Amino acid sequence: MSDSPAVLEVEALGVRYGGVAAVRGLDLVLRKGEIVGLIGPNGAGKSTTLHAIMGAVPVHTGEIRLRGRPLRGRTPEAIARSGVALVPEGRRIFAELTVEENVRLGLAGRRSQEGAAAAVEEAYALFPMLREFRRRQAGALSGGQQQQLAIGRALVASPDVLLLDEPSLGLAPKIVDIVFGALAEIRTRGISVLLVEQRAQRTVAFADRTYLLANGEVRLTLTPADAGDTEAMVHAYLS
Amino acid sequence: MTGPALVAALDAQTLVDAVGLGAIYALMAVGIGLVFGVLRLVNFAYGQLIMAGAYTLAFTSQADWPTWMGIVMCFAVVIALSTALDRLVFRPLRTQSPAVMLVTTFAVAFLLQNVALLVDVRDDTIGEPAASVASLNQAVRVWGVEVRKVTFVAVAVAVVALSLLALILTRTRIGLQMRAAATDFATARLLGVRANTVIAVAVLLSAVIAASVSVLLTVQNPLVAPDFALKETIIVLVGVVVGGIDRLWTATLGGFSIGFATGVINGALPTDKTVFLPSVVFALVILVLLLRPAGLFAGRRTSVVERV
Repeated sequence: MSDSPAVLEVEALGVRYGGVAAVRGLDLVLRKGEIVGLIGPNGAGKSTTLHAIMGAVPVHTGEIRLRGRPLRGRTPEAIARSGVALVPEGRRIFAELTVEENVRLGLAGRRSQEGAAAAVEEAYALFPMLREFRRRQAGALSGGQQQQLAIGRALVASPDVLLLDEPSLGLAPKIVDIVFGALAEIRTRGISVLLVEQRAQRTVAFADRTYLLANGEVRLTLTPADAGDTEAMVHAYLS
Repeated sequence: MTGPALVAALDAQTLVDAVGLGAIYALMAVGIGLVFGVLRLVNFAYGQLIMAGAYTLAFTSQADWPTWMGIVMCFAVVIALSTALDRLVFRPLRTQSPAVMLVTTFAVAFLLQNVALLVDVRDDTIGEPAASVASLNQAVRVWGVEVRKVTFVAVAVAVVALSLLALILTRTRIGLQMRAAATDFATARLLGVRANTVIAVAVLLSAVIAASVSVLLTVQNPLVAPDFALKETIIVLVGVVVGGIDRLWTATLGGFSIGFATGVINGALPTDKTVFLPSVVFALVILVLLLRPAGLFAGRRTSVVERV
C-alpha cells in the first residue's frame, strides 16, 4: 500500500479561528485505497482538518493537494467536484427531500454525469435499505439509516477520497458494524478513506494508519498493532 | 360594517377582482420567495425591477413599437437589471448579515426610483403612459359578471408560471439543487452544488416573474411613475411574512391571501371608506402574526437556515 501514489497530501496545515489555532502544522498522506483514521479528544482539530480539506474553512498555512493539484483557496463545490466527498458530522441529510432525492443530490459532485445511474445502483447495492425506502422522506429514517444515506449520497459522486466525520456517533453497535463493513467494502473500490472517529480503539484496529491529534497537532501515529496499547493512547489524549 | 353587510358585498364581481389581484400578488410573492430561499435576502428592490419593466413598456409604447416587441424588451430589461443587481450588489454581500442585505436592498430601491425619476422628468411631467397594453383592461361579460381581460391573463399567467416553477423545482436537477440550497446551502455546496449557478437561476426565474408582473400591473395602471409597484411590493412582503417566508409555497399562499383579502375588503368597503383599506388589511396582518408568528401556513417545524 505504501508504494501506491499519494492521492491526498496535507502539508503543514494551519487553521485559525480568530486568534485561536485549531490546527497547527498538520501533515497527512492518504494513498489509493487506504483507510486513515483521525482520532483525538474534542477540540483536537479533527473536524476542522476535514473542513479545511473541503474548503469550508479558510486555511492559514500549508498546502492541500489532490493527485498533486492544489486545493487551497478553491470553493467547497469545486473541491467536491474534483473528487473529494464529505460525510459530515450529524449526517446533514435533507430531511424534507426523499431518500432518492438526497442520493441524486450527491451526483452534483461528479466530474461527469456519465455513469451516474451505475453509481446510484452501486450505492443501493451497498445499502439495500436506501433502495427499499427511496420514496420515503429522509427525515423519517432512523439515525442509522440516515448515516447510510449520508454515505451513499457521498459515494454516488464517485470520489477518489471519502472524508467521514464521526460516522458512528450516536449509533447502535449493530449499525456501527454496518458502517465499518461498508467502509471496508468502499476501500476495495480504490477509494481512499479519511475517518474521523471518537471510537479510538476500533479505529486504530480498523485503519491502515491512525493519527492521534491533540491541540491541533499529530501526537501519535498508530497502526493496527497498537490497538491494544491503550496506555499510550490515554497518555496522548490527556497530554 | 356589519357581518351581513360584508357578506352581501361579496358579490361575484368583487370575488373575481380579488382573485385577479391575488394572482398578481402570488406571482410577486414567488419572485421574492425564490431569491429569499437561496440568498436569505428580502429583496425590497423587487418592486423597482417591476417598475423598470413598466417604464420599458411605456417608452416602447410611445415609440410605437409593436406590443409584443415592447413586452419582449420589458423581459430583457428586467432580466438584465436583475442579473446586474445580483452580480454587483447581492453576491458580494451574500455572506453579510440579513440586516446589511436588507438595508442594501432599500438603498438599491431608492437609487432605482431616483434614476427613474430623472429619466421620467425629462419631459417636465411625472408619469409616462403605456397605452400599448391598455386594451387588456377592457371588460368582457361572463355569466353576468364584468371581468376585465387582464384578470383572465393574470390568473392564467399565475397558474402557468407556478406550474412551470413547480415542474422545474421537482423534476429537474437544478430544481432539486435549489430546494436543497434553500434548506441548507452550506451542505449543498459540500456535495458539489454550485452556489453561483443556483443563485443565478433563482434570480433569473425571479426576474421572469417580475417582468410578467410588470405587464399585468401596467395594464391595470397604465400611467407609469417612479413609485410604480412600490405599494404592491410592501403589501406582498407583508403577505410573504404572514404566509411563512421560509417556504416557497407558504410565501406564495401568503401573497395570494393578502391580494385576495385586499380585493375583498376593497369591494366590501363603501366607496367613501376605501381610504381605510390599508388600515383594515394591516390590522388583519397584525392579528394573524400575533396568533401565528411563524406564518399563517407554516407548520410547527422549523427548518435549518444557513447562508453561504
